[in-house]
Amino acid sequence: MSKHAPIGGPLVTRTTVIAAVLVAISVVLLGVRFLYGLGAVANINNGYPWGIWVVYDVVISTGLACGGYAMALLVYILNKGKYHPLVRPALLASMFGYSLGGFSVIFDLGRYWNFWHIMTPGFANPNSVMFEVALCVACYCMVLWIEFSPAFAEKWAGPELKQKLNKVLFVFIALGCLLPTMHQSSLGSLLIVFGQLIHPLWQTKMLPLLFLLSALAMGFSIVIFEATLVTSAYKRPSEAKILGFVTRYIVVLMSAYLVIRWGDIIIEGKLPLVFSSGGLSFMFLLETALFALPIILMGPKANRNNERLQFIAALAMLVGGGLYRIDAYLVSYGRAGWHYFPSVGELLMTLGIIAVEILAYIVFVKKLPVLHPVSKMGEPRIVERATAAATTK
Amino acid sequence: MSINRRDFLKGAAAGGAAVATCAAVATSPAEARENKELPPKAVGLLYDSTLCIGCKSCVVACRQANDTHPEFNTADPLWDTPLDLSGYTLNVIKLYAEGTADHKDQEENGFAFIKKSCMHCVDPSCVSVCPVTAMQKDPETGIVSHDPSACIGCRYCVASCPFGVPRFQYDTPTPRIQKCQMCKHRQAVGQIPACAEVCPTGATLFGPVTALREETERRHALTPGQPNLFPRKTVDNLADGHEKPAAHYQPSTYGLTEMGGTQMMLLSGVSYQKLGYPVLGPDSNASASESIQHTLYKGMVAPVAVLAGLMYAAHKHTKHDGRDED
Repeated sequence: MSKHAPIGGPLVTRTTVIAAVLVAISVVLLGVRFLYGLGAVANINNGYPWGIWVVYDVVISTGLACGGYAMALLVYILNKGKYHPLVRPALLASMFGYSLGGFSVIFDLGRYWNFWHIMTPGFANPNSVMFEVALCVACYCMVLWIEFSPAFAEKWAGPELKQKLNKVLFVFIALGCLLPTMHQSSLGSLLIVFGQLIHPLWQTKMLPLLFLLSALAMGFSIVIFEATLVTSAYKRPSEAKILGFVTRYIVVLMSAYLVIRWGDIIIEGKLPLVFSSGGLSFMFLLETALFALPIILMGPKANRNNERLQFIAALAMLVGGGLYRIDAYLVSYGRAGWHYFPSVGELLMTLGIIAVEILAYIVFVKKLPVLHPVSKMGEPRIVERATAAATTK
Repeated sequence: MSINRRDFLKGAAAGGAAVATCAAVATSPAEARENKELPPKAVGLLYDSTLCIGCKSCVVACRQANDTHPEFNTADPLWDTPLDLSGYTLNVIKLYAEGTADHKDQEENGFAFIKKSCMHCVDPSCVSVCPVTAMQKDPETGIVSHDPSACIGCRYCVASCPFGVPRFQYDTPTPRIQKCQMCKHRQAVGQIPACAEVCPTGATLFGPVTALREETERRHALTPGQPNLFPRKTVDNLADGHEKPAAHYQPSTYGLTEMGGTQMMLLSGVSYQKLGYPVLGPDSNASASESIQHTLYKGMVAPVAVLAGLMYAAHKHTKHDGRDED
């Protein structure tokens, strides 16, 4: 028996129909892109060769898909067994986020038919940060499907396969913690070579560390965000108590982030730029405000179990993490005489990819053992045992 | 909720290790990857804005040599009018004009021409960032070239070039990156780059980088207004040279130190920034990027060590799974 169970229910609902329509629009746009070139759909140009298809679909969406990484670190590495009910739904969201992020790169690659070169000795360039990101993301996608495979095994195979899986799963859990550490930091390192093309408030050698810390905090936040939504959408009992514990990690991570970001700016003598950079000053301070919000809201113990404040804190973190990435990659980047703002088609494509993720998530939680079942008492069965060892099923 | 001491120490150790690694990267000059050196037989171009008359012969010759089509930006397609480098234009002459634009090579009320084409950096960002080695720097000549058959079209080279040189074709389902390759196909058969070949005033010269650097020093030493013999086509070709009074040059040669040096260099009477070339420090962006990558991933020692620790922890915390079915 598993602690997880499908929640059942109809697949055709208002949410799934809207998502399906968005997916259909994206398919048409993709057709245009592949027939007439990237410029036929996207506003990217030679001054801004990367648009939101790179920055949202890959950089931000893998950040948002760090839930599985963050929870795996917590449960399997730091041995916090009580968070176990949160692991599998988090892994599921990560699996879709990463798989789609990795897959949608194809749409943005101009010469996609050569994509396999990036993994091929003779072509691959280890000096390139993008090579490292591509390799790590591809490997991590496979690792995520394996990490999640016990759910498939429970559904379709006998206990023998699951037992065999469990014997080797620790290797993939370890890889599932190493690979995101590598590529989430590298998504920051990618920008170092841009040098003076990026505004000094964002350009720093601390980029890898800042990207890593904020990605982890986004991972914890998406777990809170999704758990709160699932609880309300499927009328499940509140998970506020366990989520309250998760918020502590966001507070610690983002405190470290803000100390490092501001410390670096002060040490490098960039402090005047914080106030003298016009619109960029505003964006920088907005990021700081969004990152400070979860610390302010979730710092006091009294607030931690407040579902609404948890949700606001998580949302602020997710928006802040997204904004930081948009600013670093697009807003603070620039060459004289060039402009970029995403086209309607570009935005619709990105919405379509998000819709695929939501659709797949709904189908999976309804049909596969992902969520912990709700007991007769109406309380979630939070397993309050000291170690994860007894609860990894 | 109480944090058990052992777990706290483990967490602190893991977090501390991550911070320490990044701090080490940011502060350890010992691991820094220095700028790359000029290749032994480096060839390059010298563009002297004060000699350029804006005839754009080089733009036409570049099209012929590299088989690119004209670009039209006027109402009637009467003239080849590229506005900038593009996915179809590898070399372009632009005009700087200020005020009344009466005097050549003068910043106020003056005008000047400027060439835009690949600078052939000594330590190019595009080569460092290309994930599939489609951008390559010739170890002998230092020519930075692009191989479309390897390219995946990720445009990291377009995004990272400090000079905005590599350009992508957004209007075709089978796009390519385009950039000047110093006519390496012509050099292979003993010819010189088309732009230098056709330049009537020697504003664009081809030659070994060391000889071009000496030539820039010679021009800096000239007395403005005094007649001087300028070579044409190649830097040593004084036999075919022409006499002209020396101009007031900017005090430095652009490309001597910028980004770790470039194999195309510029001379001008007007400041390089006014002509659209950025102020750049002496350290290449590629060295900054690779220093960090090489420190983190040197011999893959750090990732393997971290993986071993993670595997130990994950195994320990999941080992009862096989029998502890519930």
